[in-house]
Amino acid sequence: MARVVVDVVLKPEILDPQGQAIVGALGRLGVHGVTDVRQGKHFELQVDDGVDDDTITKLADTLLANPVIENFTIRRV
Amino acid sequence: MSVRVGVVTFPGSLDDRDAARAVRIAGAESVSLWHGDPSLHDVDAVVLPGGFSYGDYLRCGAIARFAPVMEAVVAAAADGLPVLGICNGFQVLCESHLLPGALIRNDHRKFVCKEQALRIENTSTRWTSEYRESQEIVIPIKNGEGGYVADERTLDELEANGRVVARYVDGNPNGSYRDIAGICNEAGNVVGLMPHPEHAVEALTGPGTDGLGFFLSLAGVAAA
Repeated sequence: MARVVVDVVLKPEILDPQGQAIVGALGRLGVHGVTDVRQGKHFELQVDDGVDDDTITKLADTLLANPVIENFTIRRV
Repeated sequence: MSVRVGVVTFPGSLDDRDAARAVRIAGAESVSLWHGDPSLHDVDAVVLPGGFSYGDYLRCGAIARFAPVMEAVVAAAADGLPVLGICNGFQVLCESHLLPGALIRNDHRKFVCKEQALRIENTSTRWTSEYRESQEIVIPIKNGEGGYVADERTLDELEANGRVVARYVDGNPNGSYRDIAGICNEAGNVVGLMPHPEHAVEALTGPGTDGLGFFLSLAGVAAA
């Protein structure tokens, strides 16, 4: 068994209202100097050793992320 | 024989009954379709209704895309079956790649629920032929993730080919790029719309009957 981490974030050109809300909240907390926040999703997959990289890329590209608006990274940990 | 219009129910669909009622008021026969059933039961058209299919888990429409019924819808749409996706149904159509672009959280971060003015910009689709070019209508809008986004090239293509079916007027309720409320595929048989025409088919329960045209268009075209 292996553990695979897939991180998904909105593409830079796509507006992230949730990230903006977090920036606003940080200001109200008295934290200054954080100028931008981009919120994403973090997936941890337990996969059998027989599952190859192509399969993981395919599932990230078709289900975990929407490539129209999101980028993703895959790493085995 | 009246036109048979299938209305899909996913787990978490909310507006399937209103959509079916709108179909009937337009003079067509409504047929209930179930997400787990891969058969379209010989319907002449399909409506993907509003709601929160699969709880909007992962992304709105992302799980519904892989429902057995959607395989049949995607295949039939390629052969010209008229498909109308309303709100969550629009999100499902984008996730299924039947329509380009995506729908993201409203730019103002609040759920919006109000009567909304639209301008119908393409009256040649299977779902909008009952309207006049540039006709303005008022129907309800209710969404949290209704901001239509696509890259500039896609937006330019949509505009150049008349595939912007409806545009918001008197204010943009959700941050949609270029005020886009609805689009269609190249053939014009697949239409996605964020506002809800099925909630505006009777004066008693809606802002008016401006939404009925979507369902009358289908009934008329398919019967012709």
